[in-house]
Amino acid sequence: MNPRPIDREDPDRLYTVTGGRSRSDEGIFDSVTLIVSECEPKAGMQSEHMRILRMCERPTAVVEISATLGMPVSVVTILLRDLLDMGRITVRHPSSSVADAQAHTPAPETLKQVLDALQRL
Amino acid sequence: MHSNASDIPVQSPGSPAPAPLSADAQDALKIVVVGGFGVGKTTMVGAVSEIRPLSTEEVMTEASVGVDDPSRVRSKTTTTAAFDFGRITITEDKILYLFGAPGQERFWFLWDQLFAGSLGAVVLVDPRRVEESWYAIDRLEAHGTPFVVAINRFEAGPGLDALREALDLSEGVPLVECDARSRDDCKAVLISLVRHLNDLYAPSPAREGTP
Ligand SMILES: Nc1nc2c(ncn2[C@@H]2O[C@H](COP(=O)(O)OP(=O)(O)OP(=O)(O)O)[C@@H](O)[C@H]2O)c(=O)[nH]1
Ligand SMILES: [Mg+2]
Repeated sequence: MNPRPIDREDPDRLYTVTGGRSRSDEGIFDSVTLIVSECEPKAGMQSEHMRILRMCERPTAVVEISATLGMPVSVVTILLRDLLDMGRITVRHPSSSVADAQAHTPAPETLKQVLDALQRL
Repeated sequence: MHSNASDIPVQSPGSPAPAPLSADAQDALKIVVVGGFGVGKTTMVGAVSEIRPLSTEEVMTEASVGVDDPSRVRSKTTTTAAFDFGRITITEDKILYLFGAPGQERFWFLWDQLFAGSLGAVVLVDPRRVEESWYAIDRLEAHGTPFVVAINRFEAGPGLDALREALDLSEGVPLVECDARSRDDCKAVLISLVRHLNDLYAPSPAREGTP
């Protein structure tokens, strides 16, 4: 199997990547929030930022970024928060995460589309 | 207990990115597969996913006691929980993500987080170890997340009626059988979940007419 599993990732490295910050930004990104790059990676950017910008030329879910970078979701969301603050990405939140998520029920049309897609599988 | 080894090739972290989504992708939907250890959750995700299931991890941090230590960032203990996921394209702008929750008991506390914002859940049950599903069913009911229960037929066993009783499942919850390795079976399980959602959310015409 390929690179090292994340649980053996050097904690100091993750610490460096995130500038030592922890999880205060939790909640801004859902695990399936889609991320879209708004600029090209440029020389001098942090390498993880460059990888994310390249990956998100097309919309990419937070969990896919996490899996591809081999970094935990909590670390990825810290990186994403930086990119968002710098206006380098935009986000497309899932409709289920809108303000009133508890009361949220999927639109009948959405369910119909899911059903159709499953039947086509 | 059996070995943890899965025949399913879950892509290890740090692997090449899967095929990108449509540029118009807007809204990602979620369905979660839960159940006890080794009941076939990853197998089910892999059976219906359009991409090889990917594995991702979440680091859960528990602050240690005596937190005035200035170097405390490093003295926190962390637990890493792995979960895997796959995806199914719904329309140009909608994608469905399927999450396989980690089955070991020490990760069950993560489940609630996965349920949040999901359309619904599949509780996968090994009929030889029914009692390992009670907790999942309890949590889903407490969280108000709609679900169906799927019996993964590892071998012939008790019939559905007996299983419904052993699971103490209320009548409204669909109970179906499957082989988690079969794409068609897993597809049918997901369809039964979406039909169930339809029934739950559709305005009931029968009741509307009556005073
Ligand atoms: N015979 C048989 N074996 C199965 C079936 N479904 C899964 N398996 C096997 O059971 C083992 C466990 O399956 P997994 O899909 O890894 O189970 P899991 O629920 O993801 O396991 P954890 O994530 O560790 O809780 C694997 O070796 C599968 O190949 C089935 O329907 N029949
Ligand atoms: Mg698994």
